[in-house]
This record gives sequence, C-alpha cells and structure tokens, in this order.
Amino acid sequence: MRERDFDHPEVVLCPHGPLLLRNATTIQDADGVVHDVHRPVVAICRCEKSSRLPWCDGTHKVIPRS
Amino acid sequence: MRLPKPRGGLSEWLVAHLAAPVAGEVAPQADCWEDACLSLWTLHELSYRGFEDADDRAEWAPSVLTVRHDLETALEERLRSRWLASTQPAPDVPTDVPGALEALVAADDGPSLADHVRRRADGEQVLELLRQRSIYHLKESDPSAWVVPRLPVRAKAALMELQYDEYGDGDPNRLHSHLFARGMEAVGLRPEYGAYVDDALPETLEMNNAGSLFGLHRRLRGAAMGHLAAFEMTSSLPSRKMVQGLDRLGLAGPMAAYYDEHVEADAIHEHLAARDICGTLAEDEPDQAADILFGAFTCLDGESRFASALLAAWGAES
Repeated sequence: MRERDFDHPEVVLCPHGPLLLRNATTIQDADGVVHDVHRPVVAICRCEKSSRLPWCDGTHKVIPRS
Repeated sequence: MRLPKPRGGLSEWLVAHLAAPVAGEVAPQADCWEDACLSLWTLHELSYRGFEDADDRAEWAPSVLTVRHDLETALEERLRSRWLASTQPAPDVPTDVPGALEALVAADDGPSLADHVRRRADGEQVLELLRQRSIYHLKESDPSAWVVPRLPVRAKAALMELQYDEYGDGDPNRLHSHLFARGMEAVGLRPEYGAYVDDALPETLEMNNAGSLFGLHRRLRGAAMGHLAAFEMTSSLPSRKMVQGLDRLGLAGPMAAYYDEHVEADAIHEHLAARDICGTLAEDEPDQAADILFGAFTCLDGESRFASALLAAWGAES
C-alpha cells in the first residue's frame, strides 16, 4: 500500500476565504501576540477585516470581490 | 425527559402507546400538520435520548416503526416538493458541489432572526427564540453523527474532523450542546434536554425532524451532509450578531459565549463541510450530488419558515 493515498495538506487556502491550518499549537499575529490553539483545525483571516484577528469570523463574505 | 403533551389524535395515541406498547394496535391518522410534526419528533427522540415514561423497546417495535415510516414518507415528499418548486423547471445536478452550495447560500433571502436580535428584539423575544433553539442546540451535531459509518473514506475523515470540534475536542466542558445548556441556565431558562418541547412551534419541530430524517436513513446521507454544510455556512456571521444582541440586552455571559464560540468554529467548519465532506462525497458517489443540494435547501428553507413564523408572531416582519 502506498504511504499516502489521499492529499491531506496542513495548510489550505480557501478560495475567497481564510487559510485553514491543521495541527498548529501557537500562532503569532501581525502585532507579535502569540495565541494558543485549542482546535485541530483553525481558520486564519486573509482579508484582514475580521473582528477577531488572527482568526476568520466570516467577514470576507460581505466584502465585494474585486 | 418526559413524553410531550399531545397536540392531536395521533400524538395522543402515541404517548399512550409508547408508555406501554400493545402489539397489533393500529395508530389513527394525524389530525393536522402540527400533530404530525410532534408525533414524528417524538418517534425520532426514541433514537436519541428516549423518554423516562416510554418503553425503550418501543424504538424498534413494528407498530411504532409503521407510524414512523408513514410520517417520514409524508415529510420527505413535502420537503422534496418545496425543493422542486424552488428550482423550476428542474434542479441541476451540480458538478462543482462546493460552488453550488456557496451559490445556494448566497441566494438565500430568508428573514434573519439574528438581525432582529442584534438590533431590535426585546428580552422576552430572545428568551422565546432560545427556548425554540434549545430543541436542536441541546443535541447539536447528533443527527450528523449517525452518518459517519455511511460515508466513503475522505468524507468520513472530514466529518470526524468537524464533529471532534463540535463535541469539544475531547473536553466535555467545550461540547457545544453543553455550552448551550450552560447558557440556558445563565439566562434563567431550563437547561435539561427537551425541556421546552411543549412550547416548540411546528416549524421548529419540522426543522428538527428533517435533520433526524436525513441522519437516520443511509439513503439520505447526501441530504444529511448538504444540510450540515448549509447550517455551518450560515452560522458564523449570524452568531456574531447574536453576541451583539445578547450584549445589548445585558445577557452577556455563558449564552453569549456559546454564540461567540460559533463565530470562530463555524468559520472553520463551513469549509470542511462544503469542500472536504460534500465535495469529496460528490466526487466519490456522484449520485449523491443532487441530494446534497436538496439537503442544503431544506436547511435554509426550514430556517426561513421558522424565522417568518416567529417574526410574524412578534409583529416584527421585515
């Protein structure tokens, strides 16, 4: 059997959406603050409009796409 | 939880029959839609947590299964006819399922209870909404859990990745249904499972019945996962509005924390559900693609009907 039959990337860029990150334990945000991670997968904001940076809160969905 | 208060001839028969099933007894027809909704909800609950005053063997008693079958058939026909009516002349079978889910959610123009809570609702209305929501939130994610053994490899792994988070990542304190129970207690409502079923609107019961129907039938696994995806895809932003509304009404604390958790969690889950669960399921089992969209529509449509009913009762139509 092959070692890996399926793609299961640790970093996933969602189209027009956040960056999904698997198996992280800490994240440093743009201000240098380090956040602990308590979930197996987190969504990191890419539009920079989230109300709870560095995490995605879905705000990108109400921003018109250029 | 105890058996609910009957709302018609069939639910009255069921409450008596479930307490002491008698082989060969034949159930009457439901008197009305509400009687049918409550009866099916009661029958489905036998497969979740059951009732203190029902015989646990009733879950698989033939006399009871016949009634459940007839009610589920009628419900599925009703849900499919709503889906077909919304997609005249005929629904497309999507090739890009995540894209089709996104388009369906984007086109949804149902009324928003979260908007009402954020801006205008009074405290009584919010408590009424929470009593209605408790019918589902106290068993949050349980209907999806039934689908796990019925999925191919990729969708199964992805559903477990999502469910693990729903069930608290191994920490019982963070289990979502437990967070909601803590919230109920904090706002002065009863946190016990099923405490408010006698107050549940038929729209609330029907929404719950649809989720249970999809979860309980392997044949409907696509609909179950589409339903889950639509739920997750419409949760993050409304949850934030719920937090703002609860704060406005001085109800910050555990109930706001429940919704706050969903802002972040569902911003993750919506991608897992749409892409890794529904997208791979449709690739591996293309015959499920149409039902994924049917399930997603049913979730959005059920919420819209529920929101319209509550807002109308409050004289707050948008």
